[in-house]
Amino acid sequence: MIQPAKPADLVTVNVDGKDIAVPKGTNVIEAARQLGIDIPHYCYHPKLTIVGNCRMCLIEMGLPAVDPATKAPIVDPATGKPKINWMPRPQIGCGTNASPGLHIRTTSPLVKDCREGVMEFLLINHPLDCPICDQAGECKLQEQSTGYGRGYSRFVEQKNVKPKRTQLGPRVTLDDERCILCSRCIRFSKEIAKDDVLGFIDRGSYSTLTCYPGRKLENNYSLNTVDICPVGALTSTDFRFKMRVWFLKQTNSIDTESSVGANTVVWSREGAIYRITPRRNDEVNDTWMADSGRELFKAVKAADRLTAIKVNGADSELDIAINAATQLCKEGGVAVVGSGRSSVEEQFLTKKLADTLKASTFLVSWVGQGDKLLVSADRNPNVRGALVTGLIKTLPAPKLTDLAAQIDAGKIRTVISVGEDLAAAGLSAVQFAKISVIYLGTHANATSAAAKVVIPTQSVFEKHGTLVNQQFRLQKFAQAVPAPVGTTDDLVVLAKLAGVAVADVGSAWKLIAAEVPALGTMTFVNIPETGLLLDATPWAALPFVEGETLHYKPAVPAAVTA
Amino acid sequence: MAIIPLERKPLTFVERTYLPGIASGLKTTFKHLFQPKVTMEYPEQRPAISPGYRGVPTLVKDPHGREKCVSCQLCEFVCPPKAIRITPGEVPADQTDRTHVEKAPQAFDIDMLRCIYCGLCQEVCPEEAIFLQNQYSMTGYSRAEMVNDKARLYELGGTLPDAHFKWDKKLVAEQHGNAH
Repeated sequence: MIQPAKPADLVTVNVDGKDIAVPKGTNVIEAARQLGIDIPHYCYHPKLTIVGNCRMCLIEMGLPAVDPATKAPIVDPATGKPKINWMPRPQIGCGTNASPGLHIRTTSPLVKDCREGVMEFLLINHPLDCPICDQAGECKLQEQSTGYGRGYSRFVEQKNVKPKRTQLGPRVTLDDERCILCSRCIRFSKEIAKDDVLGFIDRGSYSTLTCYPGRKLENNYSLNTVDICPVGALTSTDFRFKMRVWFLKQTNSIDTESSVGANTVVWSREGAIYRITPRRNDEVNDTWMADSGRELFKAVKAADRLTAIKVNGADSELDIAINAATQLCKEGGVAVVGSGRSSVEEQFLTKKLADTLKASTFLVSWVGQGDKLLVSADRNPNVRGALVTGLIKTLPAPKLTDLAAQIDAGKIRTVISVGEDLAAAGLSAVQFAKISVIYLGTHANATSAAAKVVIPTQSVFEKHGTLVNQQFRLQKFAQAVPAPVGTTDDLVVLAKLAGVAVADVGSAWKLIAAEVPALGTMTFVNIPETGLLLDATPWAALPFVEGETLHYKPAVPAAVTA
Repeated sequence: MAIIPLERKPLTFVERTYLPGIASGLKTTFKHLFQPKVTMEYPEQRPAISPGYRGVPTLVKDPHGREKCVSCQLCEFVCPPKAIRITPGEVPADQTDRTHVEKAPQAFDIDMLRCIYCGLCQEVCPEEAIFLQNQYSMTGYSRAEMVNDKARLYELGGTLPDAHFKWDKKLVAEQHGNAH
């Protein structure tokens, strides 16, 4: 991708008669893209090295003619413009870098001929099984065929036969006949996932993508190869034959598995989520995401989803449950256990609730192993949000030992848990017996079973909100599917408990802008899709648990991970 | 708009007897009694359906009795009144002569209360699996009865000749393999 360049590094190139200033070294595909000109390509990917093996991006290039003796540019007397020496043969766009005065033609007859020729060769051995191919609808081969295909085949010989339905790994299925040997997947495995298992064997038209003998494509980033595969060769085993992509609605969301906050797109149809894919954000996740984050949507329809409001174990209604909770809180000795999984808005309202009840606040830290790429050690996606909204002042501990001690001392009699399983966070059965629990959460667990009041809430796919990732980047997610009957937006529940008039994220943000100095100038709608970097200096000295990941370097050395 | 009053002429004596009217009516009646019949004793008699008639959409099997639909869902996509609903799935493992086709519909429903008999599904089908044939009578006592499921669609569709046997060719090629 283009690095931010100093103005001195800009060079002017001319694409189809239009001048554009781009950083020196930008390849021609990216320069043309900035002008809105599409140069078709298969093997080129902005985040991978350039190999130039698909030949689809052939362009004509030329440079201004100079006098051999004086090095002065030669001016064409007919037009009065500098004379351009066009190269007699086409060049690949991905492998051609911007240099001063570079001229490019992408619409000339030669270029069109080249594209049509390349397409014809690519389609020679293509099985044309689009009706059963999961890539149909988002297939580059289909797209370019409409522009540069012949419409019929001149190939009368037998097509090549290659293995279909090969399982490359637990999540990826390979159809070798569809493969156009662009090697994007190989480069991704080697360069990004650092798990060099893929490669080509055999020669010529027998070339076949395969795994190294005895190895499998089973790293946690294997499904990115499916995303970048321009054709239907690599397909997701989980999404296989589930739904055609043209039926799916795309909703921008955020991966909540860790504090990296990878940008995602949720693909849904009629209230059912079918898959999650990464969304490009050059500051956060480039165009990648972990496989583990793609399975999070399965929890939406899980059997242990909470869908009934309960008061003392009996089915109830929201207002009754809120009243019951308020009554419990009036007895005093209240603690609020917030969550690093809640959105910024919810954490803000959790803080309001704690302030109203004069309750102490706790947060639980969930720490795992970071993989130095797109899964960080902090498995709470929004600990920074709790800091920004003032819910917590210091970093959370992995166990609620303080709370446990206060319960044992008899100071705490009611605990409001916002989606945290208190049993998993270290409260014993004896301590549970001493307290009344008010539980707001999405799934059943030990805490919801023990709670006096249970209010089912909504998952990240069913509501709007924002999260602050490890870079202190405020990113928003949108509602992809309607929430199940019986659940209530966390915002509404927290607002009712706290006695604040908040009905949705819009009204929540009015309060946040008024009360949180760091977010003073903002509304929900004006947060850009690529996120907004907040000023992290007030918290710079805190020992965050994250190690180094893609586009993130910890300010202070990472604390010892649990 | 102006109102134009029309004067109604009083009936003559002959007209008042109604006899000319009855006679002319009976004349028409008797004329039709002796003319060749244009109506048909439906449902005992059924009309001949001309080729190209667009009847109820049906799923057809190939001459070997194998299902042709691969659940590509193009008909579902193109269907203007959204009458078609397909749940795609894999070919069951027991259909050994079809496992290479990989994909087949798990469920295939056409809501005949929605269908407008436009024939776009037939036109768009890349596998020549859906046809609007000469079945024109769809009745039912409930809404559920008016939704044709996969079994019913195959029952209505029957078998049609196939010019291509596309997947058989693919199977032969796969079994033959590349002579390395």
